[in-house]
Amino acid sequence: MAVGKEIRTKIGSIKNTQKITRAMEMVAASKMRKTKERMLATRPYSDKIGKIIKHLAHANPEYKHSFLIKRDVKRVGVIVISSDRGLCGGLNSNLFRKLLLQLHQWDKAGVEIDVCTVGTKAYGLFSNLKANVIGHVAKLGDTPHLQDVVGIIKIMLDAYHAGQIDELHVVSNEFVNTMTQRPTVEQLLPIVASELDEQLSNRHWDYIYEPDAKEVLDHLLMRYVESIVYQGLVENNACEQAARMVAMKSASDNAGNLIKELQLIYNKARQAAITQEISEIVAGAAAV
Amino acid sequence: MTMSVHVDIVSAEKEIFSGLAEMVFAPAEEGEVGISPRHAPFITRLNPGEVRVKVSATESYPFFISGGMLEVQPHVVTILADTAIRAKDIDEAAAIQAKARAEEILADKTSRVDYASAERQLFQAIMQLRTLERFRKRGG
Repeated sequence: MAVGKEIRTKIGSIKNTQKITRAMEMVAASKMRKTKERMLATRPYSDKIGKIIKHLAHANPEYKHSFLIKRDVKRVGVIVISSDRGLCGGLNSNLFRKLLLQLHQWDKAGVEIDVCTVGTKAYGLFSNLKANVIGHVAKLGDTPHLQDVVGIIKIMLDAYHAGQIDELHVVSNEFVNTMTQRPTVEQLLPIVASELDEQLSNRHWDYIYEPDAKEVLDHLLMRYVESIVYQGLVENNACEQAARMVAMKSASDNAGNLIKELQLIYNKARQAAITQEISEIVAGAAAV
Repeated sequence: MTMSVHVDIVSAEKEIFSGLAEMVFAPAEEGEVGISPRHAPFITRLNPGEVRVKVSATESYPFFISGGMLEVQPHVVTILADTAIRAKDIDEAAAIQAKARAEEILADKTSRVDYASAERQLFQAIMQLRTLERFRKRGG
């Protein structure tokens, strides 16, 4: 019986797709657990160094490090952290949308940009935009190391020291929970003294530095930039896996629904064909 | 009640210690420092060595760090360690091995190796062993 052959092949192909998406979902789920652990493990360090830097921004150091001094903004540097692979829902596109809005604002203000990209997706975007990409790393895998990003950090910091860029921003996804990833654009340099802490800002104070302010601050600020970029990378990794898991789960669910509907149509067609055949036979028998 | 200060020790990999303490000892670059509660704001780099957190008169926790930063605010002490290990987690065999390896490299002057890094490694291994020894002596 050749009823609904097309429908059957269609159901078969959707089933195959569903198998793939389900497998990807499970792979992403286990990878997410690992990347999330890694992210949570490195979070305290970057939180604490962020806190110290915030204190520092309120202090009145005798030595003004160039990272702490605001300049007129003519050119900004942006480090964009994205994923290497797609199939992770709206993760990258949400990030890029937010970034493009920001780029548009800079464009309007006559500010030029230099970009360093992490991950293939960001590189794809900026090479399409014909933006000035001055550094790129990709294919860092699931366990990125600090050494992997030191290169682009150095490019940016050298440009900052040389006065080629006046601000440095990091664009990446923040991991809120498995269902939510928030795209963020964060200003890294010069360091901004946000969230005024009354106790700290009210009086005039400074640290005691050992051995001396310059050496300690150089070391600390370098660490700070590295740790923020690295944290962004690790966090983006966790986001990618989480987003992929959710996207693949909804794809599997959709495939399930489609199969159900098609199965119903197929059964109806089959039934109709049988009924027709019977009525034909009955009609034939009556005629004899 | 005695005064206490909040101490956070974090390494790049994890949070090592967080809690109140009466005093903290750390191997600053210019010599060991002891930080009491309400110390003036202070910031310094740390050498490899032992950080001791005195929680009470009778109880203190030793940690090994291989360098890092120390920040002091009147009520918070933060130690950013490059790597920090609880003294009892130090693997003695590994430390001895690392020491031997570093010494070997230093002794072999003919090969083209980075003496500075070998020396650093040796220093770290020795500090680890020393921390362990002290930890043992206290019967920890």
